[in-house]
Amino acid sequence: MNLTSVPDGFAIRTHGLTRRFGPLTAVDHVELQVPRGAIFGLLGANGAGKSTLMKMLTTLLRPTSGSAEVDGCDIVQAPAQVRRRIGYVPQLLSADGTLTGYENLRLSAQLYALPRAQRGARIAEALAFMGLTDAAHKLVRTYSGGMVRRLELAQAMLHRPRVLFLDEPTIGLDPMARHSVWDRLHDLRRDYGMTVLITTHDMEEAETLCEALAILHAGRIAVVGTPGDLQRDIGPAATMDDVFARHAGGGIADGGDFAGAVRTRKTANRLG
Amino acid sequence: MLRFIRESAAVAQIELIKLTRDPTEIVSRAVQPVLWLVVFGQVLAHVHGIYTGEIGYLAFITPGILAQSVLFSAIFYGIAVIWERDLGVVHKLLVSPALRSSLVFGKAVAAGFRGLVQALVIYLIAFALHIAIRLDPQAMLGVLGGVLLGSAIFSTFSLIVACIVKTRERFMGIGQLLTMPMFFASNAIYPLDLMPEWLRTIARLNPLTYLVDALRGLMIPGGESVHGYAVDFAVLAAVFCALLALAVRLYPTLAE
Repeated sequence: MNLTSVPDGFAIRTHGLTRRFGPLTAVDHVELQVPRGAIFGLLGANGAGKSTLMKMLTTLLRPTSGSAEVDGCDIVQAPAQVRRRIGYVPQLLSADGTLTGYENLRLSAQLYALPRAQRGARIAEALAFMGLTDAAHKLVRTYSGGMVRRLELAQAMLHRPRVLFLDEPTIGLDPMARHSVWDRLHDLRRDYGMTVLITTHDMEEAETLCEALAILHAGRIAVVGTPGDLQRDIGPAATMDDVFARHAGGGIADGGDFAGAVRTRKTANRLG
Repeated sequence: MLRFIRESAAVAQIELIKLTRDPTEIVSRAVQPVLWLVVFGQVLAHVHGIYTGEIGYLAFITPGILAQSVLFSAIFYGIAVIWERDLGVVHKLLVSPALRSSLVFGKAVAAGFRGLVQALVIYLIAFALHIAIRLDPQAMLGVLGGVLLGSAIFSTFSLIVACIVKTRERFMGIGQLLTMPMFFASNAIYPLDLMPEWLRTIARLNPLTYLVDALRGLMIPGGESVHGYAVDFAVLAAVFCALLALAVRLYPTLAE
């Protein structure tokens, strides 16, 4: 994939995007361009700024300075327009376990104001797409981790967003479930032309799922490129781990904080 | 406006589905009013320690206990919201194009329905204890409105506290810290006239006082609203609007 000249333009563009929390600069003058239709990965150690960047792009957090457009809409000037154009699956498990899969989807359909006449067909289509038709009327707390993630994808795709944001979509999933999530993401891009932005810690995911990557370090973009190019730049036998070690500041190092660790374990525990 | 109603209804509907699926909470919440009316109320009624005019003490505190159970069941709404934040549900709701006001208002409506269940419980206890209750449609409608409004106020207040403290542990402490003084600094179990002046002043600033005042007139034959229904409901509506406006501003900070 050629990242410098993109015929369809960019699904996401940021200009000097910055977010400070007191003295800490979590995201520091980030310039990012994500081509339309790409599956794009954001990598970085814990605390590198991935989640903060994603929160700003999904309008959950206002930038301190700089700007960004998602599908041509400004995240600060027109957050409501941005919200209509995006789907989002948080790292945390966001499907409601006390509701059925169908009820979760119906709530999404209502909040995204899908016309009543289309609602049933869209929900049925999303359930079938994610292989959940048979489980539609079971309570989500009886689902496996992979099924919950697929339900969340179904919720996020229901209104046919232009850009899909996924924060660590396969964290805590077994290899089978992980591959099934990847397959669905490929299908979503192929069938609906969605742009997919994911954050990940998983080098296999970065290499096999993503066509292009940006590695963040200390709130800044350290490098952008395709997995192949990034590996070749380092050496003929370089792996993604080597790429990560070179650009993310010391490899898969200790980072983040206690709350982050608790959250990640909780998510992994609930999915497992 | 139509959009606001539609989205609020969607949020409220989800809360109601959850409530019907797990009614243990309703049952456990019914225990406290039983204790207040059957034990506390019966004993104090025998003592004749608190002068409540023409109406007996048990009848006097029945609306107070209804208001109290509305307060207690609504105030822990914040815990549910913090739980939803920990799960990521709040993030998902806030990324949707739904109006922030509908997300908050929908929860308040659902809390109102919980309050109605509390009202039903109190009416049943009252019948069992042979406490005379007004059953004319006008009075019942008034109680319905008061309970909905009261639940909406305290659940929205609770949501605001949740947005500020953000963790369950802190919320549990603050929840206790807020509810008991609100209950005792009100006219729920004794008339305003019996209070020292400083407490009466606090009670006059407490929305629970206006809810109890309205319910006392509407539930008890011979009971009267000291402030008048118009004042009671106007105060309650104004408090709710102010809290709603504040909650709409604070709710998005839960996802930051």
